[in-house]
Amino acid sequence: MKPVDHAEASSHFIQASDHIEFHDRRLWDLRTKRDRETATIPEWEQLRTLASQIKEHTLSHLADYLEQFERQAQANGVTVHWARDAAEHNQVVHDILAARGARTLVKSKSMLTDECEMRPFLEQRGIAVIETDLGERIQQLDDEPPSHIVVPAVHKLRSDVAEVFARTLGTDPANSDVHYLAESQRQTTRPHFLQADAGMTGANFAVAETGAIVVCTNEGNADLSVHLPKVYIASVGIEKIIPRTEHLGVFVRMLSRSALGSPITQMTSHFRVPRPGTEMHVVLVDNGRAERLGMADFWTSLKCIRCGACMNTCPVYRRSGGLSYGATYSGPIGVIIDPTYNLRKYSALPFASTLNGSCTAVCPVRIDIHDQIFKWRKVIAERNALPFAKRQAMKMGGKLLASPRLFRAAVEAAGAGVEYLPRVMLYSRLNAWGKQREVPAAPAMTFRQWYLKHRGRP
Amino acid sequence: MALKAALFVPCYVDAFFPEVAIATLELLERFGVEVAYPLDQTCCGQPMANSGCHGDAAGAEALFVRNFAGFDHIVSPSGSCIHHVREHLTAIPQTDEVMQVRQRSFELVEFLHDVLGVREFPWAEFPHTVGLHNGCSSLRALRTASMSELNEAPFSKPMTLLSAVKGIRFAQPRRPDECCGFGGTFSVFEEPVSARMGQDKVQDHLGAGADYIVSADMSCLMHQKGCAERLGLPLKFIHIAQVLNGASA
Repeated sequence: MKPVDHAEASSHFIQASDHIEFHDRRLWDLRTKRDRETATIPEWEQLRTLASQIKEHTLSHLADYLEQFERQAQANGVTVHWARDAAEHNQVVHDILAARGARTLVKSKSMLTDECEMRPFLEQRGIAVIETDLGERIQQLDDEPPSHIVVPAVHKLRSDVAEVFARTLGTDPANSDVHYLAESQRQTTRPHFLQADAGMTGANFAVAETGAIVVCTNEGNADLSVHLPKVYIASVGIEKIIPRTEHLGVFVRMLSRSALGSPITQMTSHFRVPRPGTEMHVVLVDNGRAERLGMADFWTSLKCIRCGACMNTCPVYRRSGGLSYGATYSGPIGVIIDPTYNLRKYSALPFASTLNGSCTAVCPVRIDIHDQIFKWRKVIAERNALPFAKRQAMKMGGKLLASPRLFRAAVEAAGAGVEYLPRVMLYSRLNAWGKQREVPAAPAMTFRQWYLKHRGRP
Repeated sequence: MALKAALFVPCYVDAFFPEVAIATLELLERFGVEVAYPLDQTCCGQPMANSGCHGDAAGAEALFVRNFAGFDHIVSPSGSCIHHVREHLTAIPQTDEVMQVRQRSFELVEFLHDVLGVREFPWAEFPHTVGLHNGCSSLRALRTASMSELNEAPFSKPMTLLSAVKGIRFAQPRRPDECCGFGGTFSVFEEPVSARMGQDKVQDHLGAGADYIVSADMSCLMHQKGCAERLGLPLKFIHIAQVLNGASA
C-alpha cells in the first residue's frame, strides 16, 4: 500500500488561494475564540489537569467501567453489543436493522462510524443512510469524507456548498446565502427524519454509573435522530467511558470551549432509557483501542474527547486541510492515532508537523501530542517505513556530523556553506528549499575560521 | 571569579551566519564570561533525531558530549538545539557525564536572563521597529516566554532584554505565537506548507509595521528571510545576540 503523501496533497490545497485563506482564517478564528473563552475561567489549567486525571484513571480501569456501563444500560432496558473491530461493528448494526426490516437510517455525527466505514457497508446492503449534521450532510452529498472532526466541511466556501446543493438538492446554484443554504438542507432533511426506520448517534461520553449516552450538538439533529424512529443505535468507542455523571461537570465545560470557543453546545442530550414501544442499542467498539491502550508511549491518545482544538491551532493543518491526511482522523491528534491503524499507509503523517507544540498546549485533556509525534517518527524509522531519500540523507548527515574532519571539509570547501546545506536537501525533493525561498549567501569565512584568525592562540 | 562557559555554535550558524556567533561571543565577554570554543564541535544531533533516526544521531551526540563535558555552562544562540540537548539527547548511553552536559546547556536568552541575570545593555541602540519572533522550542519547550495557548500571566525573557535597548520599538503581529514553518527537515520534506507558513509569518510582521524581525532562533530567521527575499518584501532579519551586542542595523 502506497503511503499517503501529505506534502503532495497539501500543495494542491495551497494552490486554491481563496480556499486556503478562508480555511486558515476560519480555524484561527476558532482558536482565538477558544482563547477568549478559556480566559474567562480562572481554573482552566486546573480543569485540564483534572480532565486528564479522570481520563487516565478511567483508561487504567477500563474493563471495570465498561462492565459497569453494560450492567447499568441493561438495567435501563438497553441492549448492549460488543464489537471487536470495524467489521463486527458494521455487522452488528446491519443485523439490528435487517432483523427489523429497516431500510433507512438517519444519523448524527460520529467519527467512529466513519472510522468503521459503516455507510458504504450499509448502503451496499440496501439501507439508505442519511447524515443529518449540516456539515456531514454537505460532505455526504459531495461524496467526500469530513475534513475536520467538529466542522466537517470547513474546507468548503459557501459557493462550494451552493454548487453541491444545486447538484444534489436542486437549490439555486447562484444563491450562496448561508441562511438559504441551511434552510434548504433543513427542509430536505426533515422528511428523512419523519420517515426513518432507525436513528443513530455517536457519543461524546458514556457514563458508567448510569448507563447514559451523552451527545453534544448544536443543531438538534441528534435528538431528532433518537426520538423520531422506533429504533435507536448509539455507536460508542470504548474510550468514551467516564465513571460518573459528575465528571460531565468537567468535560462539558471544556468541550465546546475548546472546540468552537463557545461556553457550551446548544444541546447536551442524555439518552438513557428507551421510550415505551421503542428500542435502544449501544454498540461498544474496540477497533484497535485496546491495543493502543497497551502502547506505553501512545496510550494517552485515548484521552481525546474529539474537540478539534489541536486541529484549529495547528499551523500545518490550517494550511493543508483535513483531506490531505488521507485518514479518518487528521491534524495533530490524527497523526498520532492513524499509524496505529496502518503504520505504513500513514507513515508520512507524523512528519506533517513542525513539532511546534501548540497542539499540546491547547489540548483540554493534556495529551502530549507533539511529544508523541516525535516518538512516532522513531517507531516509523525503526520499522523501515521512512522514504528511501530521507533515510539516506539522515545516514549521510549522521556520518558527516559525527566527524569534525568530514564536517569541516564540507563546510569549508570552496563555496563553503552554499554547498553544504542544499546538498543534504537535494536528497529530498528537487531542491525543495529554493522553490519558494532564497538560499542564504555564503559568508567570506565560517565562524570557526573567524575564531581561529582573531582568537586563535598565537 | 569569572564565570566560565563553552560556546556551542550550531552547524548552520557556523556555515551561514558567523556574525551571530561572533555577537554571542562578544556579548558574553562584555559581561565578563570566560568563553571557550571547543574546536571539534559540529552539531547536536537534532536533524537526525527529529527525523526518527536516533541511531544516526548517536555519533553527533557523542561528539557533542566529548566537546562540552566538564564545562559549567554551555551556551548557544539557538533554542531548538538546546531543546534537543536538554530533552532529546538520548541516542547514547545516559552516563553522568552526558546528563551533566544536558543539564548545563542553555539557550543564550535564558543564560543572560536567568543565569547572569543581566537587564542592562548600555552599548546597545537599535532605532528600528522590531517584530519579535519566538522560535517554538524557545517558547513552548524552554518556556522563555508565556504562550497564548495557556491561561498564564504574560512574561517574555527576550522582550525583557530587548526593552533595555535604546530606541527600539516593537511591532505587534496578529499571531505572535504562530510557528513560522521552518521545522528543520520539515522545511524541505513538507515544502509547500513550510513555505506558505513562512510567507504568512513575514506578511504578519510586515503588516504590523516591522522593519526587522528579531529572534533568538537563527534557523527560523533563515527560513523567514528566504521567504521574504523571494517575495521581495522590505524586511530585514537580525539575531537577538546582535541587537543586544550593539549592532545598529
